[in-house]
Amino acid sequence: MAMKWLFFRRLPEVNLKVKICSDAFNPWQEIQDFQSTFTNASGKMGATNIFIGTMRDFNENTGVHSMTLEYYPGMTEKQLEKIGADAKQRWHILDAYIVHRVGEIRPDDTIVAVAVWSSHRGDAFDACRFIMEALKSTAPFWKKELLESGQTRWVEKNTDGYQKK
Amino acid sequence: MSIKVRYFASLVERVGQSESDLAFTQSITVRDVWQVDTLGKPIPENILAAVNMDYADLNQQVQDGDEVAFFPPVTGG
Repeated sequence: MAMKWLFFRRLPEVNLKVKICSDAFNPWQEIQDFQSTFTNASGKMGATNIFIGTMRDFNENTGVHSMTLEYYPGMTEKQLEKIGADAKQRWHILDAYIVHRVGEIRPDDTIVAVAVWSSHRGDAFDACRFIMEALKSTAPFWKKELLESGQTRWVEKNTDGYQKK
Repeated sequence: MSIKVRYFASLVERVGQSESDLAFTQSITVRDVWQVDTLGKPIPENILAAVNMDYADLNQQVQDGDEVAFFPPVTGG
């Protein structure tokens, strides 16, 4: 089945691409494909930092069969773009890429991939972590788990956002 | 003044609807929107709100044509 891209936008002013998709994706292929389109980073790219989040088959000591990821179309993309712009303000980023899954997902499926390219590893590490933590604490996504028992539950725990290590 | 109200995730189940349209004749805040649209249901302590897809304080004034959204803490990633 062809992948359905619900959102795809290139923002040259902040060197960021955000993608939300309803079908499973291969994060390595996504990142490779995106990197092959670079024009602004050629010759300057000294560091790439990648985070990939994958669904587990357990949460809070309970077996999880699958889950549904809901989002707020329009606001979610807007918030991800803001996070990328904030990262661009704080670190020297050549390019960044965020792809996030929505809909029904299964254990071992990729939930999110964040990649940051920079000239130096410090900026790449810190900006990638910042984007990921900001995404988890402010981007409008919600998980509803279907447990092995057949019950459903909303994931309610939030995180505090980026804190410099 | 008319506004659109939207609910997401567990709040859809708590409120019993995912969206509605409201009409007002006087100035109101985001908190007022919740009170009127949910018929006075207690507002959850950890609720988040947005106006026109930007995070908003519950005391923010709402303008004609705004989209007001309520949702629980986010859990993506």
